[in-house]
Amino acid sequence: MTTTKMSGAKAVVESLERQNVKVIFGIIGGTIMPVYDALYDSTKIRHILSRHEQGAAHAADGYARASGKPGVCMATSGPGATNLVTGIANAYMDSSPVIALTGQVPADGAHTSYMIGRDAFQEADIIGITTPITKYNYQVREAAEIPRTVKTAFYIATTGRPGPVLVDLPKDVQNTVAQMDFSDKIEIRGYKPPSDPHPLQIKKAAELLAKAEKPLILAGGGVITSNASEELLQTAELLMAPVATTFMGKGAFPEVHPLSLGTIGMHGSPVANKLLLETDVLLAVGTRFADRSTAKLDSFCSDAKKIHIDIDAAEIGKNIDVDVPIVGDAKKSLKTLYDNLIKQLKKKESSAWIKRVKEAKEQLNSAANNDTKNLKPQTLLQELRKLLPEDAIVTTEVGQNQMWAALYFKALKPRTFISSGGLGTMGFGFPAALGAKVACPERPVVDIAGDGSFIMTEQELATSVMEDIPVTVIVLNNSVLGMVAQWQRMFCNRRYMAVKLGNVPDFVKLAEAYGAQGFHVGSIKEFSKAVKEALKSKVTTVIDVPISPEENVLPIIPPGCGLREMMEAT
Amino acid sequence: MENGKTKVISAIVENKPGVLHSVANMFRRRGFNIESITVGPTEQKGLARMTITVKSDEKTIEQVVKQMNKLIDVVKVSRLDPENIVTRELALVKVNVPDTKTRSDIINCVEVFRGHVVDVSPETLGIEITGTPDKIDAFLNLMKTFGIIELARTGLTALSRGTKSIRIDE
Repeated sequence: MTTTKMSGAKAVVESLERQNVKVIFGIIGGTIMPVYDALYDSTKIRHILSRHEQGAAHAADGYARASGKPGVCMATSGPGATNLVTGIANAYMDSSPVIALTGQVPADGAHTSYMIGRDAFQEADIIGITTPITKYNYQVREAAEIPRTVKTAFYIATTGRPGPVLVDLPKDVQNTVAQMDFSDKIEIRGYKPPSDPHPLQIKKAAELLAKAEKPLILAGGGVITSNASEELLQTAELLMAPVATTFMGKGAFPEVHPLSLGTIGMHGSPVANKLLLETDVLLAVGTRFADRSTAKLDSFCSDAKKIHIDIDAAEIGKNIDVDVPIVGDAKKSLKTLYDNLIKQLKKKESSAWIKRVKEAKEQLNSAANNDTKNLKPQTLLQELRKLLPEDAIVTTEVGQNQMWAALYFKALKPRTFISSGGLGTMGFGFPAALGAKVACPERPVVDIAGDGSFIMTEQELATSVMEDIPVTVIVLNNSVLGMVAQWQRMFCNRRYMAVKLGNVPDFVKLAEAYGAQGFHVGSIKEFSKAVKEALKSKVTTVIDVPISPEENVLPIIPPGCGLREMMEAT
Repeated sequence: MENGKTKVISAIVENKPGVLHSVANMFRRRGFNIESITVGPTEQKGLARMTITVKSDEKTIEQVVKQMNKLIDVVKVSRLDPENIVTRELALVKVNVPDTKTRSDIINCVEVFRGHVVDVSPETLGIEITGTPDKIDAFLNLMKTFGIIELARTGLTALSRGTKSIRIDE
């Protein structure tokens, strides 16, 4: 065993370097200063100074989702740590591998009340606070534990069903010099992520699918996480099964493929929601059957046999009872399933089901928009798709902008559509875009935003300008909290309460105040021009696009209703 | 949550700070109800055993076990087969003793239930009783007629019978 003598803070940085961390998003503060001091000497890690810890956490999340590698954020104790909380909860809901490092007041101290448990200045019980929203969290009490703890944190965050892990670092532990052993093998008795699916279950699934007349595949975020898009495509084409994705699965399957149905759910594409009701065998992969996806549970695919592949055993049977449960990694499971299917199936060229799919797609998804006078989200987003290369990354805020993006912006590749699915965090899109841009600097990154959401984290414009992270923000500006306004319009008799934002701020001036550039656009032509300018720009561009506050997201399955009760555009 | 029968879960967990918090927190956040919980070290170093009783239907208990399994510091979780376990609970009870007649009546009861008198004062008796929760309930019902001054129950602890065991390979 070779050990090196160094401070806890240096060991943190050394451990991060050994994990191949290239970037940390964070904000400094009193109790995390020793780690920052050690970071001063690091040539391998870039620190990006966020302007609010929530921004740092979302940026780390965006970085993780775009790259598939863990994203790291850092904050001081107390308010620094609690400001991370929304970002951590967001990463937890969407199974994103985010590592959060927090400073903590000293664990030990002679003749001082500035220590844990004494309600010290900027003390917050971040372990207690984040227990239900992290995959794991740990407060280091001995400096020598740091190498193993950091290694364990990365291992847990990135394996199995990924998720955020928080490491809390008391200041005295950071300052303590100890013999550090970086070679420690990690052995976690209580954590054995599943990997290979059970062959018998795969066999059962293959038998069901081979006999299916109307198979349908539902791909969730797990397909993207496990990089299983190729296996998904292969399986779908062999079975000639149409593929719907959940919102989190958007991008797992190319949405221009003839078998693509788009996203399911409350604001899913009509054809996806309709055909879900017709399938006889549903193959669901890497999805947790979230309420926004399934709508009312008892009418969700009630007549279909269901196969459910998920790496998290607890997701199987949690919301939906299934006929064939398969616990395993999506990629490995789909591969094994495909290998099994190809032995008993020839690729179908045509079937009554495929004809039905084609016909339904033509009939239901053709709702063309003939309104050329007003700027419509549909037209704007379809235009945006044309302007962006295939591998451009799109993030969204939360609300109408997000649902329009899901409906009208076709994602062609995995990890190119990044959005807050589970938690629905307004303010996520912009900092996540910055994180994605840092991960993929050569690709354009666009945040499809609403005015209400963008305001929540617009301070990160400073980060983008000062750190040279140019992205494009398209503000679909309706001067209201649009999704809530829509619900009030549809379900509350137009009693608009607490949704009017007004015409402030002027987003162009706001951008300019930060040293970014801004455009107001009033037509599709101006919009295209602005986007083209933005893609060339070396600074972040905010494009302010006025849209009607009366614009609805349709279709909608009203809250509490089932797939059959979908209300469509007229 | 519909009410069901009491189910017994036995879990081997890392014996370190915060584990009880994360288990209890998971129960709270998912809306599961803990009826009783006992925790203590096991024969294996660094590990503790939690015996948790939950009143729930089948579907819920299945989720409880799966969600417990997800917790990193929970090493192993098992549902104990009610037909094949030994369960015990311990109760300490302080009973009011107004006169010598009552005192001997109570001591008779304690003997029938194979309990022990562990404390005596002029007006009270301290009794220790061990057994299945049903047996303890029965004893306590009897004691109510004399007047219970104070009661402490440990909650249920359990092991499966025979060779079946929840052990962690070292």
